[in-house]
Amino acid sequence: MSDLIGYLLTGLGIGAGFALVGSGLVAIHRVTRVVNFAQGGFAVLAALLTSTLLSAGLPHGVAESGGVALGALAGLVVGVIAIGRPGTSPGTSLIVTLGLGVLAYAIEVLIWGDQPRSFPGLTGVAEVGDARVPAHYLLILAVTAVVFALMAWFFARTDPGRALTACASNRYAAQVVGIDVRRMGLLAFTLGGALGGLAGVLTTPVQQVTFDSDVTLIVNGFAAAILGGLSRPMVTLAGGLLLGVTQTVVAGYGGGAYQLEVALVLMLTVMIVQAARTGPVPEAAR
Amino acid sequence: MTGAIDISALTVRYAGATALDDVSLTVPHHGLTALIGANGAGKTTLVKALCGLIRPDHGTITVDGRIAHVPEGREMFPDMTVDDNLRLGGWRTRRRDTAAIYDLFPGLAALRARRAGTLSGGQQQMVAIGRALMADPDVLVVDELSLGLAPMVVTSLVDHLVTLHTTRDLSVLLIEQNARLALDLCHYAYVLESGRIALHGPAPILARDPRVTAAYLGGHIQVTDE
Ligand SMILES: Nc1ncnc2c1ncn2[C@@H]1O[C@H](COP(=O)(O)OP(=O)(O)O)[C@@H](O)[C@H]1O
Ligand SMILES: [Mg+2]
Repeated sequence: MSDLIGYLLTGLGIGAGFALVGSGLVAIHRVTRVVNFAQGGFAVLAALLTSTLLSAGLPHGVAESGGVALGALAGLVVGVIAIGRPGTSPGTSLIVTLGLGVLAYAIEVLIWGDQPRSFPGLTGVAEVGDARVPAHYLLILAVTAVVFALMAWFFARTDPGRALTACASNRYAAQVVGIDVRRMGLLAFTLGGALGGLAGVLTTPVQQVTFDSDVTLIVNGFAAAILGGLSRPMVTLAGGLLLGVTQTVVAGYGGGAYQLEVALVLMLTVMIVQAARTGPVPEAAR
Repeated sequence: MTGAIDISALTVRYAGATALDDVSLTVPHHGLTALIGANGAGKTTLVKALCGLIRPDHGTITVDGRIAHVPEGREMFPDMTVDDNLRLGGWRTRRRDTAAIYDLFPGLAALRARRAGTLSGGQQQMVAIGRALMADPDVLVVDELSLGLAPMVVTSLVDHLVTLHTTRDLSVLLIEQNARLALDLCHYAYVLESGRIALHGPAPILARDPRVTAAYLGGHIQVTDE
């Protein structure tokens, strides 16, 4: 029983990372229709910079914020290159993000090398029932809950949030009322970059980060996001948490080698079911 | 600058196909001007060029003051509330207070929290007009006011439009497939045929022009024949 509670909590913590990466994909796709394959790279960049800033003596909080800020900046840069030219099709932009993801490997290896890195997070052990889990998992969950609540508020209640939602809802109508949809796309990429960065900064203390950690994150984040048709943040949150828990439980009961396969099988199942209904990637109205 | 809208020698091509060919048109200040023409004549293309949504290949467009656009098909933000739809209309002008729109369309007040996609066509058209008014326009372009709406709904929308035009000194360009409605309502009219202005003149005179009556005012009979 205490094993199970432990697996659940660690699974939720890991899953929160997938959910954050996935919600970044959603934030970008809703507005631009681009599936951003560089999304996992934002997490890696943010985590690597945070490790450097912490070893340089910066305090916690500042170093992590620096990492998230780099994620946001990387998001903006990817956005400018992927959708900056008017008339670029979402398919072309997708390939561009894929290329930039690979380019990021080169930059990361050049600066940080190819060895795994990590940094300490919240220290201590929390007792939940009769289970003992590292307290950092609870921090991940708390921050993720706050971030998703903030996002819901941002999209529904603020002017830029409403404008992003408007672009997602009806791109043509957004142009009619004078919203610059390209600029909103860049804002979405920046937001996606920050969310990816946050995922990396939050989960690295309980894992590790290497230049190619983005693969696990993007596969799981994409699996979570596709559950909600790449357009629904809250479904993505649920999907990410479910994936994290499933994988931790599978690993905990002896299937440690099959973690990524769980996500791949789920993702393929969802995609096949959705393709049978609507076509490969669900088309929103316009 | 002679009018609220001045279009001169406008040409627009889509991938080689010419949608508008050397079109010139003026909407005078405080005018109520109609643009009529068959499906595919190029009316919506003219509206898009006028509102800066597509780039003309040739010609000049000048608008005196702020222009707002009620697009063909109403183009709601379907999963957002009526109030958010209206509010987004004030995006350019940073106007966020929607109360005046509910004064104008009291019927919308009770629907303010409804998702726009769940409204009837007439209600959506009110939202689309309200959304355009949120931009505090000097010039209003309405693309297909009556399309797909019941006659009673159209009558009410027309009343609103006339009230707006007179009380707010709004210059209006009305695009209509229902030529009779447009010619009854407007002072001046242009007839667009295959991307060219075929005829123009004061609406009462065009309404009696045999070329217009034959091609456009027999419309009801044509529709039932088809
Ligand atoms: N985006 C587009 N691409 C190519 N052709 C178009 C496009 N939009 C309209 N057209 C063509 O341009 C012509 C004029 O269309 P439109 O301006 O919508 O006419 P109307 O509003 O009078 O019905 C039509 O032949 C139409 O098929
Ligand atoms: Mg049209």
